[in-house]
Amino acid sequence: MKLAAKQVELSDCPYVTEEAKSELAESAAPPIRLIELVGRGRQVRAGNETVLFRHEKTFYNRPGILINVLDTLERTAIEDKVKRADAYSVDYVGVDLRIDGFAVESASGDPARFAETVSGVRDVSDLPLVLVGGDPDVLRAGLQVLDGEKPLLVGADPSNSERMADLALEHSAALSVAGGTVDELADLSDQLKSKGVEDVVLRPIADGMGASLALQTQIRRLALKNVRPLGYPTIALIDGSLDPAMTSVFATQAIAKYAGFVVLDAFAPELVYPLLVLRENLYTDPQQPIQVQPSLYEINGPKPNDPLLVTTNFSITYFSVANEVEGSGLPAWLLVTDAEGMSVLTAWAAGKFDAESIAKAVKEFGVADKVERRQIVLPGHVAVLSGELEEELPDWNVMVGPREAVDLPAYMRTVLAEDRS
Amino acid sequence: MPIEVPKDTWPGAVKAVTLGATAQDGGTRTSTVTVGGERTLPFLHFEDTPPHRPVMALEITPVTPRDWSAAVLEAWGDVVDDPGRWAEACGSAGADLVVLLLGLEDADGGPISPDFAVRSVRKVLEGTGLPLIVQAPGQAEVDNALLTAVADATKGERLALGLCEEGNYRTIVAAAMANEHLVVTRTPMDVNLAKQLIILVTDMGLPLERILMDPSTGALGYGIEYGYSVMERLRLAALQGDAMTQLPLVVTPGFEAWKTKEAKVGEGVPDAWGDWRERAVSWETVTAVALIEAGADVVVLRHPESLARVKGAVDGLMTAG
Repeated sequence: MKLAAKQVELSDCPYVTEEAKSELAESAAPPIRLIELVGRGRQVRAGNETVLFRHEKTFYNRPGILINVLDTLERTAIEDKVKRADAYSVDYVGVDLRIDGFAVESASGDPARFAETVSGVRDVSDLPLVLVGGDPDVLRAGLQVLDGEKPLLVGADPSNSERMADLALEHSAALSVAGGTVDELADLSDQLKSKGVEDVVLRPIADGMGASLALQTQIRRLALKNVRPLGYPTIALIDGSLDPAMTSVFATQAIAKYAGFVVLDAFAPELVYPLLVLRENLYTDPQQPIQVQPSLYEINGPKPNDPLLVTTNFSITYFSVANEVEGSGLPAWLLVTDAEGMSVLTAWAAGKFDAESIAKAVKEFGVADKVERRQIVLPGHVAVLSGELEEELPDWNVMVGPREAVDLPAYMRTVLAEDRS
Repeated sequence: MPIEVPKDTWPGAVKAVTLGATAQDGGTRTSTVTVGGERTLPFLHFEDTPPHRPVMALEITPVTPRDWSAAVLEAWGDVVDDPGRWAEACGSAGADLVVLLLGLEDADGGPISPDFAVRSVRKVLEGTGLPLIVQAPGQAEVDNALLTAVADATKGERLALGLCEEGNYRTIVAAAMANEHLVVTRTPMDVNLAKQLIILVTDMGLPLERILMDPSTGALGYGIEYGYSVMERLRLAALQGDAMTQLPLVVTPGFEAWKTKEAKVGEGVPDAWGDWRERAVSWETVTAVALIEAGADVVVLRHPESLARVKGAVDGLMTAG
């Protein structure tokens, strides 16, 4: 029972034979194998997914977002692109979002040039790599400059899969197989498995978004039905060369619909920022609402005499309030209390948002040092707290704001503005 | 290794809903739009051919919008001062329908009157032959006065009137029923609330074929995951046979995305956000495309470039490959 509920590990049992262990482990293995790529001390993983829809449980491993580099580019151009992408970091609700790695693609067909490009990328980035090329000799040249890493090789097809498998085994690399149907993909992954390659990534090849969605959906469905040859994460190489404006459109589908690794052919902050946020949003556990960090937030550059609003740290609550205030263009301080990620009414009902916790937050975040105007605005839904809060914060004038965030701008423009004059 | 591709067969289907009426059917529209009718999850051609494309609507206002992002306004130029010309420009930009967003004020800054609303709607209907959704400002008394007048003045056009909300739907539904229009329902990101409102609206006698359901969404980065999952759950419920969820889904990624700081403003933001105009269009596009993947039938947008990209996505998704 405990084993079925995943409360104990099979290896803890002293009475099970090795053979039985391996059989049981096989059947208990997650339907989609976890594949981890390793760079120089940096990793990215995909797989271990268990559902078709995030509301059924959650999506677990955020698909890696990687940037492609062609070996035909000038070395300085390669370094520039890789450096910028490697250093890229953007703050989203207190989470630091970054790129996960690079793909190096052989367009020249020249092993020496490929090796030089791989080592050029390695000179400026420690992130995991995907090596792309149809010629095993070219990929071998690239692998030789990567010591102790686990890259992913992309380029195996029915004509070269034997040699690619040998190469992957020799360098303990993961290997992707390409196919236009679930049959083709399963055949190839089966062949690799029989050669001893365990770390497989599927690369569904489809012409257009409709066909791509169909194939990704079929793979995920079959994998979840324990069709083992399809129980691997997928990789999507986004080709924006014909129409760069469509890159983010194609990548949106890949992130929403089941890709484990997404390779973009271009890097630009305005391209990757929305995609990193989308990935963050869709891979948030629906059972555990994202919380924002309790803090004193500054909206539209408030000064000490600007108003102070208070709310809870449930993400939607925070964003509704912050968004309305931000959209109004009016500066304000927003005090976000630790309500264990519950919305205002829920938190109030659960005793997680009361006068005491608000007063505690006022103290904890040094509000009195930053805000001179001694006026605190409660959400309208918890008007009932105002008396107690006046007792907790005797120096402050407690006001009751609107019930809904959408009415905040008008409230700030009228009530708060009048009050100031 | 021949593997049988798993195909879902569902007992239920989404209702097909037609907006707009041509002269033949008692209206003045030169084209109509039919959405819905799905018998599978979005775009799964291997199970069934999707019956109707998701359509793109563009949002316009009767008076020059004051709080819209400069990035949207500059894309439209001076047509934003004239709802008739703006509606015409929407057609040229590739929109399938137009959403006229009535505000609380008229052109002179006074409170909006039913008469002004009717005149604005007429201008739009003259400016374009596309079907129209008319959305009132969201204050019960004002909404009822405006939409009743608009519904009466445009009898037979098969406009969609919105928004019907839990606290205010009766007058709007009655006005739609009396004048052969449709309604848009809106509920705050919750499967049961969405169903509940449809029950109330159909209890009044409005057939399901005249209702579009807006389950609400957040923009990318601002709660899109809640809207996304509610839409997936509503669509699954519809296919499983729950009649009160079998409606085309309309969502407003344009409105939501352009409220965000990422789209709205170009100054005083982190360098890591990149080029403003491209980021802004991308914010709207990514929001819209993700919602289309979750089952949206009508997406309401603001920027013509976003429309072009989202249309590109729909073209791709409607092709089996």
